[in-house]
Amino acid sequence: MLATVRVHYNSSIYDKQNEEIMAPASDSSHGGLTGTQKADDLSRSFAMTTRLDTIVAWGRKNSLWPLPYGTACCGIELMSVMGPRYDLARFGAEVVRFSPRQSDLLLVAGTITEKMAPVLVRIYRQLLEPKFVISMGACASSGGFYRAYHVLQGCDKVIPVDVYVPGCPPTPEAVLDGVMLLQKMIADLKPRPWRDNWKAPQNVGGGADTGGEGLAI
Amino acid sequence: MSYLEPLKKDLSHRFKIEAYHFLHAFGEDIIVAPKEDIVPLLQFLRDNKYFDFLMDVCGVDYPNRQPRFDVVYHLFNSKNGRRLRIKVGVAEGDSLDSVMSVWRGADWFEREAYDMFGIVFRGHPNLRRILTHHQFVGHPLRKDYEADQQQHCTAALGIHFDNEPGSAGDVLDERFVPINIGPSHPAMHGTLRVMAELDGETIVRASCEIGYLHRCFEKMAETHPYNQVIPYTDRLNYCSAPMNNVGYCRTVERLLGLTIPPKAQAMRVILCELSRIIDHIVAVGTGGVDLGALTAFFHLFTYREKVYTLFEKLCGARLTVAMTRVGGMAQDAPDGWLDEVLSFCKEMRGEVDEISRLLLDNKIFIQRTRGVLPVKAADAIQWGYTGPLLRACGVGLDLRKTTPYYGYDQLDFDVPVGTHGDIYDRYLVRIEEMRQSIRIIEQVCKSVPSGDFTSRDRGVVLPSKKDVYGNIEGLMNHFMLVIKGLRPPPGEVYDATEAANGELGFYLISDGSANPYRLKVRPPCFAIYQSFPTVVKGGFIADAIATVASMNVIAGELDR
Repeated sequence: MLATVRVHYNSSIYDKQNEEIMAPASDSSHGGLTGTQKADDLSRSFAMTTRLDTIVAWGRKNSLWPLPYGTACCGIELMSVMGPRYDLARFGAEVVRFSPRQSDLLLVAGTITEKMAPVLVRIYRQLLEPKFVISMGACASSGGFYRAYHVLQGCDKVIPVDVYVPGCPPTPEAVLDGVMLLQKMIADLKPRPWRDNWKAPQNVGGGADTGGEGLAI
Repeated sequence: MSYLEPLKKDLSHRFKIEAYHFLHAFGEDIIVAPKEDIVPLLQFLRDNKYFDFLMDVCGVDYPNRQPRFDVVYHLFNSKNGRRLRIKVGVAEGDSLDSVMSVWRGADWFEREAYDMFGIVFRGHPNLRRILTHHQFVGHPLRKDYEADQQQHCTAALGIHFDNEPGSAGDVLDERFVPINIGPSHPAMHGTLRVMAELDGETIVRASCEIGYLHRCFEKMAETHPYNQVIPYTDRLNYCSAPMNNVGYCRTVERLLGLTIPPKAQAMRVILCELSRIIDHIVAVGTGGVDLGALTAFFHLFTYREKVYTLFEKLCGARLTVAMTRVGGMAQDAPDGWLDEVLSFCKEMRGEVDEISRLLLDNKIFIQRTRGVLPVKAADAIQWGYTGPLLRACGVGLDLRKTTPYYGYDQLDFDVPVGTHGDIYDRYLVRIEEMRQSIRIIEQVCKSVPSGDFTSRDRGVVLPSKKDVYGNIEGLMNHFMLVIKGLRPPPGEVYDATEAANGELGFYLISDGSANPYRLKVRPPCFAIYQSFPTVVKGGFIADAIATVASMNVIAGELDR
């Protein structure tokens, strides 16, 4: 398992401490090797060093819990992504959660209409940090070929989107590619200004009708 | 053949038929009646057993005409397959009586006509917007409403219950627990929203809110040429996209008076039946998931993937195939494709038996579904149920038998019928229908006629690429058809096919231009789902979830 992590051996403090601790035993058992090398070899067998944010990102990227916001045709294709042939489980993202409180990846799969927009914003706000959004398909990304009176022209009008997957609907391979792209973004700790600068649309998703956001969950 | 003459005679005893117009066009009967007569007229036709189904109610806008709107009622007789269209004119700002007292199923159809055109139905208990959001201003299907004029919605509507006649509207009863399910909820299949008041676990009253996937299909159809509407039809019932293609193309072909070649017919039948199987796979699979049986879903999806592969070989797309064209098919099947279909059928036969054992013989499944929230046949007809749900109630209506098309009358297959109308029977019917579809495909595959896969009518179908690049006639033909467009004669037809969920009807009006003047879809689950609040009343909340799943409501065709 550890082999998949990018391990950094550049922590000078750790190396120095190891050198001091392991040096006395170096002569007899590891003939010919310097103290530093021996300490290094030994430490590799039971420990490793890394940056904290890197290992956290590694954990995050391999345990995305998607909330499948399937509204239309893309939702059917998303079933195939989860299904036996394409099997999203291979990417660590098989734990599908329908509660935003338990998931960190919002998979917007399908057309978002004007009527649905406030609901989508509310769901997005209910997701706990860190949260990521994949917009699956033409409709979710831009409204697609529905340049129409009741269709939101892309879900990025109301929520920040990290990865857009083109297609109508995208093939499951394309969705997997989108998930892998997101995993890479997470692993590389890529800055996400669209997410940091996002402001909730005025009056959208506040839920004034049901007495505030907390009530209607 | 027109059946209008005897009907005219009968009507003359009761109504002042001097004010009526009796028309017969494109093989269909039409009565234009004054709006004051609409309720007694429908009552008369229903009570005297002329027609037992009200299939559709819709509006049409003629801005340069007085009165401005038409309200169109589509009637159907399930015994002999006869249809009748009744049209009444309504002026702007005027109103007419609701026909809900005659057919309960007019409920949502009238609400839709109100939402889309602003036609007011007097006596309708709950005439609210149904598809557009509650802050929407104007009526989008009127010709003076721009197709791309969006209006943003800033808040979701709270829990409301005014779907039930005689209830106290939106006022919540403090003795009961209000509960909101959806639109983002796994049991609501994406975009449905159900609100209920519970006494313990018993539903006191329930209400549905739809329109969360209203993608303006009908407005889009009015702004696109005939062949470009086909990809939009894919996205109506996206679980069985080819069936919508076939239904739409058949309607346009009827308006054109075009008969497609036998090979195209055979290919359409194969596509339709494959889609019926994969549609039932989703219905049965997700129905099991909603009851906690995940295994059936994974089992069945393996086979859905196999059909996707077949579609992909045929046209390159998996889900939204857009495989038909007006006049036939887009292209021929590749070599060996039919053999692959046959070998799939063989595999699927075993799988259906396995799923039957896994679900229908499962003790838990039986206890959760048998005898749960049954619907009586008479009620189902009142609501406008069609397809597997109607057949589960014991009514053997199947358009493939009643009004056969594409050579279904030459094929040997049975129509499975249930007895109780409960949830178990619905799955029983669906699973048996999968077996029957396999039978049909096997028969057709073994005798696909030779010949062309599309009509070669120069005014309808683009010439082959060889001709376009090879000779001047082909080039000119191509140029003219692309620039001028496919133009059916002015007129109107209603055509229905038996889709996986029931009667899928297209009501098409042409004014002779390159775009449809009006295209109304009669989606099967729209009529079925409107009965939900009544069906689940008094039942358990868990049974309501099972009911939604068994109704197989597909948001794409529900909201369009």
